[in-house]
Amino acid sequence: MASFFEKFKQGLAKTKEGFVGEISSLVKNQFEIDDDFIDKVEEVLISSDIGVATSMEVVDDLRDHVNRIGFDHKEELFTFLQEHLSKSLDRTTTDFVEGFFQPNKKPYIIVLVGVNGVGKTTTIAKLAKLFHQKGKTVMLAAADTFRAAATEQLEIWAKRVEAEVISTQQGADPAAIAFDAGKAALARDVDVLIVDTAGRLHTKVNLMEELKKINRVLDKAVAGAPHETLLVLDATTGQNAIMQAKQFREVVDVTGLVVTKLDGTAKGGMVFSIQKELQLPVRFVGLGEQVDDLKPFDAETFVEALFNEN
Amino acid sequence: MLQDLTDKFESVFKKLKGHGKLSEKNISDTMREVRRVLLEADVNFKVAKDFVASIQEKALGHEVLKSISPAQQVIKIIHDELVALMGHSNTGIKESNMPPTVIMLVGLQGSGKTTFAGKLAKYLKAKKRNPLLVAADLQRPAAVEQLKVVGNQVGVNVLADLNSTPVKICKESIVHARKGYNDVVILDTAGRLHIDQELMQELSEIKENTNPQEIFFVADGMTGQDAVNTAQEFLKQLDFSGVVLTKMDGDARGGAALSIRAITRKPIKFIGVGEKFDALEKFHPDRLASRILGMGDVVTLVERAQQAVDIESAKKLEKKLRRQEFTLEDFFEQLQQIKKMGPLEDLLKMIPGAGGKMMKGMKVDEKALVYTEAIISSMTKEEKRRPNVLNGSRRKRIAMGSGTSVQEVNKLLKQFQAMQKMVKKMSKFGSKGMPRLNF
Repeated sequence: MASFFEKFKQGLAKTKEGFVGEISSLVKNQFEIDDDFIDKVEEVLISSDIGVATSMEVVDDLRDHVNRIGFDHKEELFTFLQEHLSKSLDRTTTDFVEGFFQPNKKPYIIVLVGVNGVGKTTTIAKLAKLFHQKGKTVMLAAADTFRAAATEQLEIWAKRVEAEVISTQQGADPAAIAFDAGKAALARDVDVLIVDTAGRLHTKVNLMEELKKINRVLDKAVAGAPHETLLVLDATTGQNAIMQAKQFREVVDVTGLVVTKLDGTAKGGMVFSIQKELQLPVRFVGLGEQVDDLKPFDAETFVEALFNEN
Repeated sequence: MLQDLTDKFESVFKKLKGHGKLSEKNISDTMREVRRVLLEADVNFKVAKDFVASIQEKALGHEVLKSISPAQQVIKIIHDELVALMGHSNTGIKESNMPPTVIMLVGLQGSGKTTFAGKLAKYLKAKKRNPLLVAADLQRPAAVEQLKVVGNQVGVNVLADLNSTPVKICKESIVHARKGYNDVVILDTAGRLHIDQELMQELSEIKENTNPQEIFFVADGMTGQDAVNTAQEFLKQLDFSGVVLTKMDGDARGGAALSIRAITRKPIKFIGVGEKFDALEKFHPDRLASRILGMGDVVTLVERAQQAVDIESAKKLEKKLRRQEFTLEDFFEQLQQIKKMGPLEDLLKMIPGAGGKMMKGMKVDEKALVYTEAIISSMTKEEKRRPNVLNGSRRKRIAMGSGTSVQEVNKLLKQFQAMQKMVKKMSKFGSKGMPRLNF
């Protein structure tokens, strides 16, 4: 686990630098907590993509606290912000992940959905690797039949993580692949089937209908499938991520989120607004391009890493 | 596009409209709302702050307080400021004196570089150019394969070599282009993080070795606050010449457009509005500003209508309308033309005033159109011309033929009758009661 925390913190170092760095410098240069200071805290929060509503709430509470009690030193201020932000995070993920990699259903079917370019295929490779490490046999379904070479991309990843791929030619019906893959997973007795879907903007009604169909036929191939539908979100996305989550959840039964590209951006605020507004738990975070750069999301560590100063 | 921003501004201005004249207080209240609106739309914090400050200053000016319609004044100020912020006009692509012209595409992972490369190639091809696509993304699995397929789809040659390096292949591409009479070279580089020193260095090397006329920073239109950091870093490293915003066919956002533009001062050249290779639009700052403010995007609407509507048949229809001969056949033809203009929902958004609250929650059911088409198609010529002959058994036959129900057929006929009535009124109005402008 130690290495996991290391990696997690490393990946989040950028976030930390931004967030803690800015607040620290605020406290150093300014001993009194006045309106100006509070405004700056608000700026730091909003600039982290935490979202206007959540930021305002935290700031209001902060202002209230200052007026009633006040802070003695900056550590207290951190603790205060830490508590407020972590309030909106789901902490059950650790238990979830244990169960996730030891599913009691077979084949256990996971569908990944999301808008274009968020990193669905890469995330699938990483997930497959994690299952593989736990001694599970993994099959991948290349149901992204739209984007050029999406299948090839999945096949290259599959080779690296020793998984079988069910695919067809570009332009074919993605639901048909999903169905075939479901049947194949049953027949070949694999533990886990992960279905890659084409990126689609949540506003395209037809494409969202197609997604509905994919999940519907999966249920026909294997009763009760899919067992998980993970929505992949790009951490650099702003407040539109909430719209995406809302729309996708309306169409398919989204069970959790994967937030990718958290290693690059200096802001991790996405996580707060999404969980707060949608109660959709973040299950995994993507912290890099390597195949083992996918980590279970851990709220405590996330918040701690955000505020820990070193 | 930017619909939320428009909605919010409209609600702000509704408040403003209630006041006859602007006081200092309601200006600052309004500005706070405007700031919030911008932030919610992912406009960068600092950009939003500056923007609001500049408007507030102007709004507080003498002329505004004295003007008859202060709300209109403020809207105009915000509009002008938005246009100013986004640049005044779009510019074309800089050409090299000695072909090929080199265009380099850079950006984060998943921003849509390869798709844009395909669109750009198609765009250039339509302009009688002979572009060459260069696969400089040797990082992501199957990226080369993807570009090859894209090249094939748009009918453009692709230079790829998996055993090469990005710098090498870009350098070679110029020689290759001269041999193959390619006058434009599009370098599709790998997506990378702006904080990845090594890969950013690689881009600098590609730049040094190819001397591109244009470097386009390709950014996801849905990007949040971080857009500014990324753009700034790419600018610092490469001094790119233009910005491409992708995925702008999604909903509600686009604050990144304002942010990137404000911070880098580089022109936004193109916006990507779909997954097909012709879903590329030139960036029109004024249209976007109008749209943000709920003024609609009439220019685009008219352009699309012009493309879709055939003037001859429009004239014929007008005659028919005047003679009150509007039939189901004409109705059908109208539907076809509207369909050619693109998704109805997009069209509605472009209508001034229709963009905001009014249309919210009103889902345009494109399928309803399909049913209508099916029903009309299942009618005989006579039935289409004289819907009066449609008795029970005919209706039943039509319902069966179109895979709908009699109720649906009835509904359509009712709607059509209502429309005929309206047409009658309109044509009467047109012949007698038309308001004359020259008294």
